[in-house]
Amino acid sequence: MRKPRNLRALGVTLRAYCGNLIMNNRIQQAFQKQDKKLLNVYFTAGYPRLHDTVPVLKALTAAGADLIEIGMPFSDPLADGPVIQQSSTVALQNGMNMRVLFTQLKDIRNEVPETPILLMGYLNPVMQFGVENFCREAAAAGVDGVILPDLPLDDYVDEYQEIFRRYNLKPVFLITPQTAPARIRRIDELTDSFLYLVSGPGTTGGANTQAEGVQDAYFQRIEDMQLRNPRLIGFGIADKASFQHACQYAEGAIIGSALIKALDGVDDAPAAASRFVSSVLN
Amino acid sequence: MTPTTYKEPTARGYYGQFGGAFIPEMLYPNVEELRDNYLTILADPEFQREYQQLLRDFVGRPTPLFEAKRLSKKYNTRIFLKREDLCHTGAHKVNNTVGQILLAQRLGKTRIIAETGAGQHGVATATVCALMGMECIVYMGSVDMERQRPNVERMRLLGAEVRPATSGSQTLKDATNEAIRDWISNPVDTHYIIGSVVGPHPYPDLVARLQSIISEEMRKQLLEKTGSELPQYVVACVGGGSNAAGAFYHFLDEPSVQLIAVEAAGHGITSGHSAATSVLGKPGIIHGSRTLLMQDEDGQITEPYSLSAGLDYPGIGPLHAYLAAEGRARFISIEDETALRAVAECSRLEGIIPALETAHALAALGELGAGPNDVVVINLSGRGDKDLETYMKYADSIK
Repeated sequence: MRKPRNLRALGVTLRAYCGNLIMNNRIQQAFQKQDKKLLNVYFTAGYPRLHDTVPVLKALTAAGADLIEIGMPFSDPLADGPVIQQSSTVALQNGMNMRVLFTQLKDIRNEVPETPILLMGYLNPVMQFGVENFCREAAAAGVDGVILPDLPLDDYVDEYQEIFRRYNLKPVFLITPQTAPARIRRIDELTDSFLYLVSGPGTTGGANTQAEGVQDAYFQRIEDMQLRNPRLIGFGIADKASFQHACQYAEGAIIGSALIKALDGVDDAPAAASRFVSSVLN
Repeated sequence: MTPTTYKEPTARGYYGQFGGAFIPEMLYPNVEELRDNYLTILADPEFQREYQQLLRDFVGRPTPLFEAKRLSKKYNTRIFLKREDLCHTGAHKVNNTVGQILLAQRLGKTRIIAETGAGQHGVATATVCALMGMECIVYMGSVDMERQRPNVERMRLLGAEVRPATSGSQTLKDATNEAIRDWISNPVDTHYIIGSVVGPHPYPDLVARLQSIISEEMRKQLLEKTGSELPQYVVACVGGGSNAAGAFYHFLDEPSVQLIAVEAAGHGITSGHSAATSVLGKPGIIHGSRTLLMQDEDGQITEPYSLSAGLDYPGIGPLHAYLAAEGRARFISIEDETALRAVAECSRLEGIIPALETAHALAALGELGAGPNDVVVINLSGRGDKDLETYMKYADSIK
């Protein structure tokens, strides 16, 4: 009689332990054990070729990228500049879609066990796939977070928060120089991963055209708010210099378009991805 | 349950399940500013005084309600044409741009951007910018720049910069994408004058209110000419749906009035070359709004087709999606060829050369089932000068 009870007790303990592990997902772990600034890189799934997704992802992590954002291509990416638009068009022509992506990512956690992986894209393809289906498949593949720039905060809270939580997927929201302080606080409250600081006005991959000091003042203003979540700065970060500059004001930075450009027209995309990350970090 | 009013969206901009504001954070402050201020500004007596004065003295309103006797005889019903083609710049679009430029001034904006398909909204925007001395940039698909060249030249003459949209199908959808990206890059000084009842809340409601002058006048004019403010049918073409929203607005809550929305079937509904969103679309998100949308099973937006640049749009305004879902409006789709024949018919029977968009509404006359005692109002949304090259090219279909 004692033995089964102990086993059940052990089961409860194990579940609680696993529960903690799950709640504290890879994104949070990456920031917790941080002893350096983090490099988050974005690339488009199925680009430059359909089956480059996993080899590029592995090359990026092997070269030292700390977080990975996989872009889910969309026909009308409103927040993106020409480089990511073009890569999305190519990826769609290559036959990339949600089903193919999840098939490609099926065993990714055997090969890339620790690096946080986020999916970034637009709401419509996710809606058509079904938000619950999407979250289930993403969680099963070992995805940690989701960035959907056109998902409104209120709609997230009313319709999706519960589903995201059930699958332990962390949403990431954007903050811009125009975002009001009260809204930044609300975004911070709704987040338990990191805040995506958009560096200035414009779509992805744009040049920084702000007057000297304007951007730094904005970064400083956010830093002074002492938010509960760490921050990564994105948009217009393209190389070692801009990465290091952004890192003065945040826990790290995000590079997307510059990496996509480095993959354009190359025969060996993983090698180019690896070279690019090295050029930023070394 | 029948709603008490079809006119007004909820506080968050929903008409039933359609509408909302699905925008990236970069646009949030702009859209919020507009949302928080537009109703107050529209209701302001000083705004109204200036708006009404410009509609009268600059646009040329009220536009006539013309009884089309020869068309009436042919279709054995009583047909009136609401002459929006007589508005300054040749289409209803200017009703909206006059209102929005006054709104932009009150919001302290100094730079105006717009998208355009057929070019009529672009011309109407360039016109009010010239009037008010404001910088004007119009995004237009490069395919549309080719097929609506006279309007490109008109915009340039008016001092606007026309920027080609070269992505996707290079038509209205892509021009709208580029305008939105411009707004993301210029969040402080710029107002985006959307030309249709599309986009994030509050645009669909704002544009519908500014176009509602059309049905406001119709009611008065009908009372004068027929003894009743209410016709049996109101017919309008729908791309995004601005002229239809204006023509339907003050009849939306009059159940005895049948509202007929006419979409472009292109080469035919099942041809793969069509823009009949109410038939081919399913709920999805385009340009910040949840609406009926032409898309593939992966949620990628598909390229619509219509010979008419103004109807060549893969979505419809959320109000129209709601009217379709509720059965409040009847949707009819008309093929290119049929629309071209209606161009000839209206030209020769009434001495009015309609725009190709408008011709879709005229072509629906044969499908209404209207009787001799019925009153039918067709919103003659624009004149056909801009389409002359197309009409010459398809002279065989027109004769």
